[in-house]
Amino acid sequence: MSDSQGPLWEVFVQKKSGQPFVHCGNLHAFDKEMALQNARDLYTRRMEGMALWVVLSEHIVASSPEDQGSFFEPANDKIFRHPTFYQVPDIIKHM
Amino acid sequence: METINLESIFEAKLAKNEMIEPKDWMPDNYRKHLIRQISQHAHSEIVGMLPEGNWITRAPSLRSKIVLLAKVQDEGGHGLYLYTAAESLGTSRDEMLDALHTGKAKYSSIFNYPTLTWADVAAIGWLVDGAAIMNQVMLQRSSYGPYSRAMIRICKEESFHQRQGYEAMTTMAFGSAEQKQMAQDALNRFWFPTLMMFGPPDSESPNSDNAVKWKIKRETNDELRQRFVNQTMPQIEYLGLQIPTNSNIKWNEERQQYDFSEPNWAEFKNVIHGNGPCNKERLKARNEAHKNGEWVREAATAYAKHQNEKNIAA
Repeated sequence: MSDSQGPLWEVFVQKKSGQPFVHCGNLHAFDKEMALQNARDLYTRRMEGMALWVVLSEHIVASSPEDQGSFFEPANDKIFRHPTFYQVPDIIKHM
Repeated sequence: METINLESIFEAKLAKNEMIEPKDWMPDNYRKHLIRQISQHAHSEIVGMLPEGNWITRAPSLRSKIVLLAKVQDEGGHGLYLYTAAESLGTSRDEMLDALHTGKAKYSSIFNYPTLTWADVAAIGWLVDGAAIMNQVMLQRSSYGPYSRAMIRICKEESFHQRQGYEAMTTMAFGSAEQKQMAQDALNRFWFPTLMMFGPPDSESPNSDNAVKWKIKRETNDELRQRFVNQTMPQIEYLGLQIPTNSNIKWNEERQQYDFSEPNWAEFKNVIHGNGPCNKERLKARNEAHKNGEWVREAATAYAKHQNEKNIAA
């Protein structure tokens, strides 16, 4: 929703290098630089992260809740994709 | 038929303690209730910066000044988290700010009381933030996802607020006789306004029923108020202060809880309706701040537009 506050941006923060970037919230800003600075001031005042991503909210493509069932259905009956599906002889200790 | 189906999906989610997310179907009244509650909560954070901000330049030490600055900055951040949570329900920042500035929207009645002494700033951290945290800990489990997530962040940050307030109160209560008296006065003045923060008694709370049914709130106003008194009484005793004037706090052996006097609910209504000691001052300060920032918003909008045009041209 864009009003006198500028467009909405989503903020992702990485706690330490090597870890995934995790969504932490959103904010309004007028451009990339301002979005990044606002994100720093709003979401990392206590060293919550060492790296930030900001992206315009309108650029996020999201699955829709109504289609949740059918959309994720293909993964629903494929327990053979998990290691616990398979039997390993007891004497094999490390696998 | 369609609506009945959507409503039953919504009810089933609540029953399973699943979160409702912005794109999920929700009853209009649930949406309206949330917009009202979250935006008022956001306004409270922003207006709450004023009584404390009043003391930044007069904090008694560099340490207390740094701490107060950090705390007031946190409150601003909390307001921002909450505004975007409310925006996810389809309202806009401009609409909400307009409602605040015209006096249409409410905010916590507590911020319409003045901070007369440094002990008042300590009492706000200790009592007002303490009461707010009690409410907010419950709201972490609120059924609306963005509200719950904002509350989790807020609670994490807020835990230092109450401690610093109690620390400042301890300094006063164990200081000179004059300081101790200031601490007592602050406790006396802030006690009932703090109890009012939990809202009207359950028997006459117009918004509570639905909020509990929809799991926006998990506990009632009276339950939270009782818990707050139970938790606070030992803290008063430690400070060596008298119980607040007319509070009648007394241990009830049978109930295993403290009995206490209800606040003056007529005063509460009066303050909510704009007639507290500082309502006009607070609204004036917010309106001026917004007006003084207008050139910044205009310049930023023009700059963003210019940048966009440049990008398109390139």
